[in-house]
Amino acid sequence: MSGTKARESAELWKAALAEIEQPSSPVARFSAAESLVMDGGATLGPWQLAYQTYGTLNADRTNAVLVCHALTGDQHVANVHPVTGKRGWWETMVGPGRPIDTDRYFVICANVIGGCLGSTGPASADPATGRPYGLSFPVVTIRDMVRAQAALIDRLGIETLFCVAGGSMGGMQVLQWAALYPDRVFSAMPIATAAKHSAQNIAFHEVGRQAVMADPDWRGGRYMDDGVRPSKGLAVARMGAHITYLSETALHRKFGRELQARNAPSFSFDAEFQVESYLRYQGVSFVERFDANSYLYVTRAMDYFDLAADFGGSLAAAFKGTKTRFCVASFTSDWLFPTADSRAIVHALNAGGGPVSFVEIETDKGHDAFLLDIPELFATTRGFLDAAARARGI
Amino acid sequence: MSLTAAETGFRIDHLLVSEMVEPGSRVLDVGCGDGALLELLTTRRGVDARGIELSRDGVSACVARGLSVIQGDADTDLSDYPDDAFDYVILSQTIQATRNPRIVLENMLRIGRRAIVSFPNFGHWRIRAMLAVTGRMPVTRNLHYSWYDTPNIHFCTIRDFVSLCDEVGATVERAVALGPSGKKVGVTAPWWFWNMFGEQGVFLLRRGRD
Repeated sequence: MSGTKARESAELWKAALAEIEQPSSPVARFSAAESLVMDGGATLGPWQLAYQTYGTLNADRTNAVLVCHALTGDQHVANVHPVTGKRGWWETMVGPGRPIDTDRYFVICANVIGGCLGSTGPASADPATGRPYGLSFPVVTIRDMVRAQAALIDRLGIETLFCVAGGSMGGMQVLQWAALYPDRVFSAMPIATAAKHSAQNIAFHEVGRQAVMADPDWRGGRYMDDGVRPSKGLAVARMGAHITYLSETALHRKFGRELQARNAPSFSFDAEFQVESYLRYQGVSFVERFDANSYLYVTRAMDYFDLAADFGGSLAAAFKGTKTRFCVASFTSDWLFPTADSRAIVHALNAGGGPVSFVEIETDKGHDAFLLDIPELFATTRGFLDAAARARGI
Repeated sequence: MSLTAAETGFRIDHLLVSEMVEPGSRVLDVGCGDGALLELLTTRRGVDARGIELSRDGVSACVARGLSVIQGDADTDLSDYPDDAFDYVILSQTIQATRNPRIVLENMLRIGRRAIVSFPNFGHWRIRAMLAVTGRMPVTRNLHYSWYDTPNIHFCTIRDFVSLCDEVGATVERAVALGPSGKKVGVTAPWWFWNMFGEQGVFLLRRGRD
């Protein structure tokens, strides 16, 4: 990295650090008396959830849509990101006139507990020591994330969410919401997700975590005390993970075997191929905005997710008698959360008698498709929400 | 299709199927297309309607109508449904396009207490005549595909279907043969007459024998 780039990168991380305690979006603060009892047995308090809202809550409070973000996402769904200056991560889906229409719905998205953009996580200050929690932060589960969101929804004075929607880890939260608070979820859109994290996916996550921990600057998770960061390890973790978000076809279409800025091989270990250069960029730009420990915690939360296990091994039992209207979507080229995972959800809902629609969308864009411009996904979402809104009387 | 009933806006075979369904029951329509029958059943019969459809466009159309429809295939996905999940399982003009009609029918009768099946009758006199006179595979107004690109790989006659019902141990509760323009063919006529003059058969089956 050149000197200028390194300085820019450090500036961005400074901005990201500022977001951790004093986010530029609204924050719901919970006192020690309102502590969060977590699956791992810990009690977290005081704690806070940083969130973003779009649109207006109607008088009946029936038009609230909770968007749940994925592993490295945050609450900035449809506004310019305060750290990176990039557009919101789901601006194609959420906004005025978009499928999740902020002219009609009141959209809420909160940074997950364990995250690093204003919600309490391992980079937040531990009130007991005044220093960042690091690894003394309790391990987080998807259910902990959802319980924290429910506390926020309570505070916003909303009894029932019109819809809970999200892809990937966001989809896991959608499923958890529907199982944990069936009466508070009118409709649910789990996209490109699974009711349990597969052994292969846990394996990928473990490689990422080991990359972070192998960085000498990780320092047992106490890197913040020393003013350093395991940037190289986190970048490698991101590079590995990023491959799993794409598909072979998409990689081939984008890069093939093209060389980066040269016509002949240089016989070196520079970023020779375009695909290498792309991955390095993904790694470096991720490090600018994301805390390494947070990456460990949030990947861990996904690994622990197995909804059926909470219901005696039966996923159908998780949704038995549910009134929530579901629309499940998957993508043909997604090998991280393949269609079979979505079908397992659909079968469980069918077995439990739940109202469910399912669509498998043809695309070669891999798991990332849920974040991209996929007209079929938008059309299905719009149709599903329109029909649900009619049923809800909004 | 020739079966559009201009006065109602609904297809006659759909209206016939909807008459066979008890109000307020649970119904699965396999191969539900754009959801027209499911919508009819929901609005007219107050049923809890679900569907399976192969095409994504069909599923999207259904979802936009507020129907609960999953993208899937009668041949592969019925086996995933639990026993007795529905009161009726409907297969409308689709059985001839399945790879294994017998297994599909058995699954329908396992998932639902009753099954409703409609299909084009390959025993109709015009089809027989076409094969007999021209010596070529019949191509008609309703069955307009050439043999080499047809999705219809398992044609049967009304009598063939009756014997399949017998083989899978189903009781025929009601059977109707429809002629051109969807009119019922001689209600009291014998099977051979239906098999000759019915363009399609619509069957209401019950699991098990009397």
